[in-house]
Amino acid sequence: MIGLSHYLIVSAIIFSIGLVGVLRRRNLLMLFFATEVMLNAVNIAFAAISHYYNDLTGQMFAFFIIAIAASEVAVGLGILIVLYKKHGSLDLDDLASMRG
Amino acid sequence: MYEIVAFYLFSALTIGLFSVTVMSKNVLYAMTSLASAMVLISGFFFLLGADFLGVVQLIVYVGAIMALYSFAMMFFDATRDIKEKNTNSALVFLLGGMSALVLVLMFSAPIYSENIAALYPMHEGVGNAQDVGMVLFTKYLIPFEVAAVMLLVAMIAGIILAGKKMDNSLTEDMSADDEIMNLKDAK
Repeated sequence: MIGLSHYLIVSAIIFSIGLVGVLRRRNLLMLFFATEVMLNAVNIAFAAISHYYNDLTGQMFAFFIIAIAASEVAVGLGILIVLYKKHGSLDLDDLASMRG
Repeated sequence: MYEIVAFYLFSALTIGLFSVTVMSKNVLYAMTSLASAMVLISGFFFLLGADFLGVVQLIVYVGAIMALYSFAMMFFDATRDIKEKNTNSALVFLLGGMSALVLVLMFSAPIYSENIAALYPMHEGVGNAQDVGMVLFTKYLIPFEVAAVMLLVAMIAGIILAGKKMDNSLTEDMSADDEIMNLKDAK
């Protein structure tokens, strides 16, 4: 039978995939994708805990996470468009303008 | 039996698709695999009995967020492969694995603590959407309203950032007035 730990392990695997993506990506758009992966992993964990503890709080938090993700994408993509117009690329190494 | 098959199918497919998202060099491949993995994640929610959350995932993530990404893709050069210089990927994988281990420990900690009681328990014989609505509009009303204001702020911020000439004031800037006058004259 599928228990809570199954779901939590899947969620941890997906979260670590997203974390590897955040660490190895150099393109800002791909970094956004990796962030979405991590947010989705956390949502799975919340829904699973909500189901197995018979409590609705986990689902509530998942709703608010989805709302925050939507606003993050709206603002972040606006910033990406401004950056792309200014620099012509989305590479993090090109954007490093403050060299010490 | 049905639940076991569905769980393993969904988990294998989501992990594979998210790996494609993270590892792919092509932006379009990454975006389509992200969208399909999000559809499969809503399958997880339906399996867990969170029907309303699954529908919200489908509408907001797959509908709105992916549409926003594909819309923003028009501004960027999406067909070109992304060149990334990977510095020391072994270290990256080591760090990712270590963080995953910490994460498993963090998640398994509350399982072994016994004194967790349901704060807002689910009701028998009531649908999930109705249950969610009752809790969301009583106990979580203020966070709900704050989230609504936050979405409004994000919408205005998106319009101002992505719109043309939104960074200078239309009432104070005289060049904008001249432009409007020119447009009138042209008519």
